[in-house]
Amino acid sequence: MTLDDILASLFPDGHDVKNSGGVLSGSGALRSGGRALVIGVADRTALGVDEAIRLSNYVLASLENGNAPILVLADSDSQRMSKRDELLGLNEFLAHLAKSLIYADMRGRPAIGLLYGHSAAGALLATALATRVLVGLPSADPAVMDLPSMARVTKLSIEVLQEKAKSTPVFAPGLRNLAQTGAVHLTWDETVPLAEQLDSLLANMPDARDRRDALGVERGGRPKAYAIAERVRELALQAL
Amino acid sequence: MSAPHTQTTKSSAELDRTASWYEASARTRVRLLLDPGSVVEFIGPEKREVSPHLKLFDLPEQFDDGIVVGRGRLDGSPVFVAAQEGRFMGGAFGEVHGAKLTGLLRAARDIGSVPVLILFDTGGVRLQEANAGELAIAEIMRAVIEARTAGVKVIGLIGGRAGCYGGGGLIAGCCSALAVSEQGRISVSGPEVIETNRGVEEFDSRDRALVWRTMGGKHRRLLGGAEVFVDDTIQDFRDAALELLSSIRAFGIDTLRAEQSRLEDRLQRFGACPDAVDIWTAEGIPDAVSIPALPADQFIALADKVRRSSRDAR
Amino acid sequence: MEDLSFRHATRQRAAGTKKLAVIGVVASGNLEVLAERVLPDSECLVEIRTAAAGFGEVWDAVIADFVKGYSPGGLRFSINDGGARPDTVSLRLAQAARLMQEDDQ
Repeated sequence: MTLDDILASLFPDGHDVKNSGGVLSGSGALRSGGRALVIGVADRTALGVDEAIRLSNYVLASLENGNAPILVLADSDSQRMSKRDELLGLNEFLAHLAKSLIYADMRGRPAIGLLYGHSAAGALLATALATRVLVGLPSADPAVMDLPSMARVTKLSIEVLQEKAKSTPVFAPGLRNLAQTGAVHLTWDETVPLAEQLDSLLANMPDARDRRDALGVERGGRPKAYAIAERVRELALQAL
Repeated sequence: MSAPHTQTTKSSAELDRTASWYEASARTRVRLLLDPGSVVEFIGPEKREVSPHLKLFDLPEQFDDGIVVGRGRLDGSPVFVAAQEGRFMGGAFGEVHGAKLTGLLRAARDIGSVPVLILFDTGGVRLQEANAGELAIAEIMRAVIEARTAGVKVIGLIGGRAGCYGGGGLIAGCCSALAVSEQGRISVSGPEVIETNRGVEEFDSRDRALVWRTMGGKHRRLLGGAEVFVDDTIQDFRDAALELLSSIRAFGIDTLRAEQSRLEDRLQRFGACPDAVDIWTAEGIPDAVSIPALPADQFIALADKVRRSSRDAR
Repeated sequence: MEDLSFRHATRQRAAGTKKLAVIGVVASGNLEVLAERVLPDSECLVEIRTAAAGFGEVWDAVIADFVKGYSPGGLRFSINDGGARPDTVSLRLAQAARLMQEDDQ
C-alpha cells in the first residue's frame, strides 16, 4: 500500500495529513468521533535534527487538545548519519521526540505506531518504538541493523548469518522477527479497511503499561528479558 | 609468581576516589562512587544469568552480561545504580543486560523517591542480539520516562571507554541530567558508522581530534547536551552526582516545552556551523581553538562563565 | 568454545571469610574469574569456558602452578576466557585468590 492508500483506508471520512520533506503531520477523522493527530516519517527519509524537532513540536502542541489518539506512521531510513546532526546533539533531539510521545501516551493521548515501510536503529527508537501499541503492515521491512553491517562487525558471512537467522528471531531484520521479540503488537490485514482495524484497536486499547517483554516470552523471541526485569524489580523493591 | 602473603596493598574497599573513572571497571566505579560497603548487587555474577544468544555465535559470555545493577547509599541516602562494562562487547545492550536496567528503573518508578544513577559505557545495541537489544533500549527509555513522571531523578554519568553511543545516547537524552568527562563521548552514530555510510569526506573516523570535538564531553557541556563537566576521577563524578541530585526539578509538560525551545534555539543559532569550533566561537568564546587542550579546571571555569546549563529543560 | 575443568586436592583452606569475588572482564586477551567458597576445605575446582580451543595442556600447567602457590582450599573458580595469555590467567587467578582472603563485610 502507498502512503496515500494507507491514509485513505485509515480515514474514509477525511484527513489533512501533509507530507513535507518526508515529515508527516496533520489529523484524520475517526469514525468513532474526534480527530487523531497524525505524525510520522515517510519516503524512507532519514530522521535528523531538523525532522525530529518538527515532529516533537506537533506532539507537544497537540497535548492540550483533548484525548484523541496519536498515530505515528513510519517508513524511514535510520537516524541521519552526518557530522552536522551529531555536532548539534542528535541524541537529544531523538530522545526529546520519544519523550514527548511517551509522555503524551501516559497523559491520555494513546500513541499508536504504524510501521508500513522501512525503519532502523535510532529512527525506530524515536518513533515507532516510542508508542504504546505498534502495528505492522505486511509491507513493513524494519531492520534494527542490516545484515551487511552485521557481517562486517561479527566477521561472519551473510550466508552464515542468514542460516543462523533461521533458528532465532533475535538479530535478523524483518517484521516477523521484530514481532516475535514483542516489539510489534499486531499485524493488520491490508485486504480489510484499516479504519475497521483501527476502530477495533481503539475499542480495546490496552492500558499504558509496557508489556513488550511479556509478549516476547509468549512468542518465543525473547526468552529471558521479562523474567530478569521482574526479578531485579522485586529484589529492588525488597531492598528498601 | 609472587608469594600470596607478601602483598600489603590496601583493602579494595579503601581504594581512594582519585582513581580514574575511565580506567576503572564497572564494578569498581560502583563500589568507589557510593558510600563504602553500601553496595548490594541484584542478580550478581554468581547467578550466572548470561546471554542466551551469544553461544549461537560461539562467543564467550560474561556472568553479569556486562552490567552491574544494585542499590547503595550516596552520602547516606539510598540510590539505585546501574553500571555498564564497556570492555565486554563494547558495553552493548543485549537482552539480559538491558532487562536488568529496565527492572531497576521500574522498581524506582514503583517507589517514586529513590534516584537512579546510570553509569553509561556503551556502543549501543549488541549486534548479535540486535532486535532484543533495540527493544531493551525502547523499554528502558519508556521506564526512564515513567520513573521521572513518578518523581524519580535519573542521573547519567558518562566517562567510560566505550563512550555513550547509539541507543545509549537516546537513553542518556531521556535522563534528568548528565555529568560527562572529556573522554565521555555522547552521540548516536559513531565515527566509524558515519564514515562507512557517508564516506571519509563526511567524517574521518581516524581524525581523533575531530571525534573529540564533535562528540566529546567538552562540546556536549558547551552545547548544553550535558549539565556538568567533570575531571576524570571517581570523586569528581561523585560530587557531580550529588550536585545534580540537589538541583533537578520535577519532570512534566513544562520540562518538555522548555526542551523544545532549548533545542529549537540551538538549531537556529548553530544550525549552519560546520564545526564545533564555530559553535564555540558563536557562543562567545574568544580563543575557541584552544578549548580541546584546556585542563579540566580551567575548562569548567570557562564553561560556567559562558553558559549556565539549564536544569529544567531535559 | 571449549569447556575445561580441573580439580585439585589442596594442602589447606583458603584464608579469609569472603564468600564471593569476581575480577577481570571478558574481552579479547582478557578473562573474568569468579571465585566462590563452596567446596570442602581440601578441594579446589577450576572450570573454564574459553574462546581459544586446544590449549588444555597450558591451562593444566597454569592452574597446577596456581594451586601450588596459593592452596585455595574450598574455592571454586569459574572462568570465562576471551583468549588470555597464560601470564594474564595467572594474574587474574592470583587477584581472585587475594580478594577471597579478605574478610566479608
